[in-house]
Amino acid sequence: MLEQILITIATAATPLLIAAIGELVVERSGVLNLGVEGMMVMGAVTGFAVALTTGSPWLGVFAAVIVGALFSLLFGFLTLTLVTNQVATGLALTLLGLGLSGMIGEAFVGQPGIKLSAIYIPGLTDIPFVGRLFFGQDPLFYVSILLTVGVAWFLFRTRAGLTLRSVGDNHGSAHALGINVIGIRYLAVMFGGACAGLAGAFLSLVYTTQWIENMSAGRGWIALALVVFASWRPLRVLAGAYLFGAVSIGQLHAQALGIGIPSQLLSALPYLATIVVLVLISRNRRLTMINTPASLGRPFVPDR
Amino acid sequence: MSVDTTGGNLLEVRGLTKIFGTLKACDGVDLTIRKGEIHALLGENGAGKSTLVKMLFGSLEPHSGEIRWNGKPVTISSPSVAKKLGIGMVFQHFSLFEALSAAENIALSLADQTPISTIAAKAQALSYSYGLPLDPYSVVGDLSVGERQRIEIIRCLLQTPELVILDEPTSVLTPQEADKLFETLERLRVEGKSILYISHRLEEVKRMCDAATVMRHGKVVAHCDPRQETAASLARMMVGSEVHAVVRAPVEGVERAEALLEIRNLNRKPATPFSVPLRNISLNVRAGEVIGIAGVAGNGQGEFFEAISGEATQPDAGTIRIRGKDAGRLSITGRRLLGAAFVPEERLGHGAAPRMKLSENLLLSRYATDSKAFLGPAGFVKESTIDAATQRIIKDMDVRKSARDPEAAALSGGNLQKFIIGRELDRQPTVMVVNQPTWGVDAGAAAKIRQSLIELARSGSAVLVISQDLDELFEISDAIAVMHNGALSQPLSRTEATLEKIGLLMGGAEPGHVDHGLETA
Repeated sequence: MLEQILITIATAATPLLIAAIGELVVERSGVLNLGVEGMMVMGAVTGFAVALTTGSPWLGVFAAVIVGALFSLLFGFLTLTLVTNQVATGLALTLLGLGLSGMIGEAFVGQPGIKLSAIYIPGLTDIPFVGRLFFGQDPLFYVSILLTVGVAWFLFRTRAGLTLRSVGDNHGSAHALGINVIGIRYLAVMFGGACAGLAGAFLSLVYTTQWIENMSAGRGWIALALVVFASWRPLRVLAGAYLFGAVSIGQLHAQALGIGIPSQLLSALPYLATIVVLVLISRNRRLTMINTPASLGRPFVPDR
Repeated sequence: MSVDTTGGNLLEVRGLTKIFGTLKACDGVDLTIRKGEIHALLGENGAGKSTLVKMLFGSLEPHSGEIRWNGKPVTISSPSVAKKLGIGMVFQHFSLFEALSAAENIALSLADQTPISTIAAKAQALSYSYGLPLDPYSVVGDLSVGERQRIEIIRCLLQTPELVILDEPTSVLTPQEADKLFETLERLRVEGKSILYISHRLEEVKRMCDAATVMRHGKVVAHCDPRQETAASLARMMVGSEVHAVVRAPVEGVERAEALLEIRNLNRKPATPFSVPLRNISLNVRAGEVIGIAGVAGNGQGEFFEAISGEATQPDAGTIRIRGKDAGRLSITGRRLLGAAFVPEERLGHGAAPRMKLSENLLLSRYATDSKAFLGPAGFVKESTIDAATQRIIKDMDVRKSARDPEAAALSGGNLQKFIIGRELDRQPTVMVVNQPTWGVDAGAAAKIRQSLIELARSGSAVLVISQDLDELFEISDAIAVMHNGALSQPLSRTEATLEKIGLLMGGAEPGHVDHGLETA
């Protein structure tokens, strides 16, 4: 029972984690992409459609990643090359994604999908209590953990990560040192888009295995909030995503048990709990300031 | 070989031109730098020096003209190209990343993949050997202007460039630190490196530089040997007319005058893990006098200024008294309403909002003290009055600008500083506290600012000037106190204060730290 609950929590947390880690990299480079929701839902519909048409869920995942990255490339072209307003462009991207995915997905509504099956390692997966939790989940769960650790390592242990953080901290100085600010931001934006697409594929190929219009259901926005409340630190994003997942699942069980708290209040609980805990974690103002990308959302036009 | 064709010239610039809109920032500039030469680039703010060096460092693209490096024509299309050629640069407006450590900042400008720990060790060793001690793991956001400059210099030297461009390097160093830097530059010259040295300190240029190029309004007006010139003749070439020396008549009977700013046993815990605590500071500034606070960068001057201005308030209201009234618990506006005026060190972002017009900046700082003049019924803004006041300040302080009412960020550093100081002087404040009044400001503007501070004091106000520029303090102060490690020495009157005594106190020598509170008790 407990193991089952823990696996459900992981399933609820994984799409948030993947999308948030991608957006964290984008924001660390100084770009605010509010289009996560739109890229995510595009990933969901692409993953579902390609998996159903080709019969291969892996091809679906691959296609979702590519479409997420291409969709974010549109955002990158608008905000980085044409220097449009990042907030407005991000919102437009979300609206475009929701509309476009509904149109593409119309033919697929109600069709049974293909599930990306969980891994099975003889012996390990059969270990009582922890076997399925650690060795029997869907492959994207492992990808999400590897992504988190990999991004943390990349940002804080590699020279390329340092360069990316420097661009987010002060694009003017970075440019003066000869760092290609726009190029790095393009790469970061596309990584974020690919992650959002992957998170979307998780929704339609693992979470529910069907296509429902607007199936991202606000998860892109939660991912965005997680990044900020986790003060742009990957391991805190992991903690936040799992906390959110745990409280969401917990309140569902509480509702099922019929305890005397209004269900609306219980539904709000995951949001409240996540915000309170992450605010408490990041109460050291100095550390928060150091981690906040100072150039976030500011347009960059190099003077030549 | 190329040596024959170049005749020992490392860099030759011919007819370099850069146009911004309709303004010719650089107009047919010629410059020749020989190998092993310290070459001074002189000129007032806005003369085009920064534009020229930015083109040499590849940050800006010239419209026309030729750059020859070791006799061969080159196109410096980006800073990385400049670095590959062997050009290193120490920026005036720091190009540092506040959220990163000193070592990470340095690593970013090195192209190779050396681990951070190796870079940190190298930077630390180099910084100590040049007498510019540096903790490579400190976060830049916590460091003072002087310490940040050290990082810039060390970062440049670590790239072992052939030509080092230094933009105003000594403006935040103590005399001892500056001497260390000169030794460093001398060492580089002996090693055959060339240096392009931008400075407003003409004595320094005369002492160190082998050649000088003087710019005015985007054009080169003279090539000369600074050792054959006097400081006055160099200043004349830069400005195009005589520079008026600052006049300071000694004052009588100040010790009997009323203390307009009183500081009693001011203590402050460090605001961040890296900043300096204030230790039991007591000081009186009387009507009619200018008191100067000297000290090496990062000894608590910033914290001291914040405590006086009200950016940091005190638990005990009697700690700071302005015109005899307890002000310790008042905010900045509360203290301003008592007749005090404050000019912080950082011009953009602290002294002025960069993206707002000068008139808007004027309203922002004076809406409370001048509410009758600037605000109408229900808080409507009286634009014509504010505009008139803005133009008055611009005229009084001779602020040079490109538009009638430009954004603060569009002004050069010196002109913006003149405006900010003028904005406060225009109120005729009873107490004026200024942190680094002329940092990075050219000779003409600095003289103007200093003279106006003296005149304010002579008209009966109390003026407190915190500065790392000793020449400036000796030029304007009636007494000088020294800040070291968060404690303030007793003020030395001008007859007692010698460069040597002040220098020793800055280095932390003891006798100055008398408990000033006892005297007044």
